[in-house]
Amino acid sequence: MSQTVFEPWNDPTAKPLIQFKNVTKRFGDFTAIDNQTFDIYEKEFFALLGPSGCGKTTMMRMLAGFEAPTEGTILLAGQDIAPIPPNKRAVNMMFQSYALFPHLSVWENIAFGLKRDKKSKDEIAARVAEMLKLTRLEKFAKRKPHQISGGQRQRVALARSLAKAPKLLLLDEPLGALDAKLRQDTQFELMDIQESTGTTFVIVTHDQEEAMTVASRVAVMDDGKIVQADTPARIYEMPNSVYVADFIGEVTILSGTARRGDGAYEISFAEDQPTLFAESDTEFDNGQECHLAIRPEKVSITAQKPSDRRNALEGKILDIAYLGNLSTYHVELPGGQIVKAQTANTTRLSRRSFTWEDRVWLSWTDTAGVLLKG
Amino acid sequence: MRRLTWFNVTSLSLGFAFLYLPMLILITYSFNSSKLVTVWAGFSTKWYGELLQNEAFLDAAWVTVQVAVVSSSIATVLGTMAALVLVRAGRFPGRTLFSGMVYAPLVMPEVITGLSLLLLFIGIGLDRGIFTIILAHTTFSMCFVSVVVSSRLVTFDESLEEAALDLGCSSFQAFRLVTLPIVAPAVISGWLLAFTLSLDDLVIASFTAGPSSTTLPIKIWSAVRLGVSPEINALSTIMIAIVAVGVITASLVTKRASLRQQADERAAVHA
Ligand SMILES: Nc1ncnc2c1ncn2[C@@H]1O[C@H](COP(=O)(O)OP(=O)(O)OP(=O)(O)O)[C@@H](O)[C@H]1O
Ligand SMILES: [Mg+2]
Repeated sequence: MSQTVFEPWNDPTAKPLIQFKNVTKRFGDFTAIDNQTFDIYEKEFFALLGPSGCGKTTMMRMLAGFEAPTEGTILLAGQDIAPIPPNKRAVNMMFQSYALFPHLSVWENIAFGLKRDKKSKDEIAARVAEMLKLTRLEKFAKRKPHQISGGQRQRVALARSLAKAPKLLLLDEPLGALDAKLRQDTQFELMDIQESTGTTFVIVTHDQEEAMTVASRVAVMDDGKIVQADTPARIYEMPNSVYVADFIGEVTILSGTARRGDGAYEISFAEDQPTLFAESDTEFDNGQECHLAIRPEKVSITAQKPSDRRNALEGKILDIAYLGNLSTYHVELPGGQIVKAQTANTTRLSRRSFTWEDRVWLSWTDTAGVLLKG
Repeated sequence: MRRLTWFNVTSLSLGFAFLYLPMLILITYSFNSSKLVTVWAGFSTKWYGELLQNEAFLDAAWVTVQVAVVSSSIATVLGTMAALVLVRAGRFPGRTLFSGMVYAPLVMPEVITGLSLLLLFIGIGLDRGIFTIILAHTTFSMCFVSVVVSSRLVTFDESLEEAALDLGCSSFQAFRLVTLPIVAPAVISGWLLAFTLSLDDLVIASFTAGPSSTTLPIKIWSAVRLGVSPEINALSTIMIAIVAVGVITASLVTKRASLRQQADERAAVHA
């Protein structure tokens, strides 16, 4: 069975569903979205990731029609959406604050949008029942929003936005209040829904793992700008900046100067520390400032200096974070920098080889790290 | 420790006496069997009976009720609309002026309001009667409704309306299906407030009433000028009862319902 890769952003003939063209949004003289141009394609699962206040909700609200761009245009299926009011857009939004109707029951909340569509009673009842089942809220259909728990409310909000099966669904932190198990189930449920309905999702999340699991592309935002928008794997393995590398997952950043060597760059990051070697597609001048980003799982930790690797540093274990299946060691170099190394815990706790204050060697290959400009 | 000291008890009694002694006397003497207001001659409800025979009073009462119901209903619609604009429309040119003007009748001396309305009605050649009283009462009670409703709207989470729009409502549907049911307690208490204000208004009514349309307060006022009769006492007692019931209902409705609604809303909106 052949599977075509879903990468419409690499296909020059693909027509984007949403196009942001030089979109700027200001509140007074505060710039919330700063001159952004990007595309979202049909059937994508586009995740917005970024620190609080970076403009994720603002982006969503412009798509839903509650805010108009100060400058620039947003196209939905090739059509400028500025003149279309929110109730005429084939877009539904799940609010970060849920915004459930307090005077209506769970059932009526979910049915609210369907009733506006003048659907028949039976159709509405069937669809609501389907949504209740999906979000496991059957038992709470008759309750009012204040009579259910936070996680249940979140599911009502999700069900309400899903009910109309819109072309574009905006989910502002849809799963934050759910426990790990239910969250995972719902994530897979969302992916299923997406597969079966072909809905395009834009989802805001603070949970990187969630973004990594569900998204076709992840957009990492900072201060009103998308710093990088790419597949989860590329965001993780090939961040385009220290900001992205640092924001997604754990990373050690060693800053120094680069010098062109044979095949790899030579990096000196501290006096009386050995030179490091890293291959890079990005060009660096001799003596140019550079940052080497290395993921902890790519760093090996050994008692003796390894003979097969050029990148080897000696240090002292400062801290051990035990995560069950993994342990992360925080190793302090003589110069004070901390390097993180991760190992899988394949043996039992009592037989683990390293402990606090141990002197150890850290090593990695030339291709393990990413060399970044800033 | 808080205690009821001698001083506290005295001030409390003085305060209450000041507020309620006059009414207490009025109510007591309405049950007096003597025709002389100041002489107690035993308990009787005959004045209430006689009141029911008094056509003039009954007519006035009917006018008053009609005016109160109609004017408070119109005032509620207009006042709610004004509150919506003031709270929701954000900044628009002339907003400050508009809000100032909506609330002006709150502080305007009633005599001025009454006089200016009278001049207006004469100016446009409107015959004074029940219709002009209704207009006048709508004018001054609308701002009270507006104050009550807008204080509720300020705490209303706008994302609820946005959610309604998002799900396909027009702005008017969003108001009717979401906003109005949630702020209903404030609207109802606004209506009750307007109703009681209209019920006991004397000044504005006397400026705008015509010969054929006397309200109860005007009737009482003119009757008292010929001397206080036990019949008037009985009538006033009834009015006190109606107003008291109105005010108590209003405050109960507002307190209970809006407390509960707000708790609902908080719970629904904030996780
Ligand atoms: N109506 C508004 N008026 C003024 N400033 C606003 C308004 N709405 C948002 N902002 C500002 O715009 C910036 C982006 O807000 P936004 O709600 O998009 O953040 P966010 O990325 O969703 O954050 P969070 O993760 O905390 O939800 C914030 O600094 C916020 O203070
Ligand atoms: Mg947000």
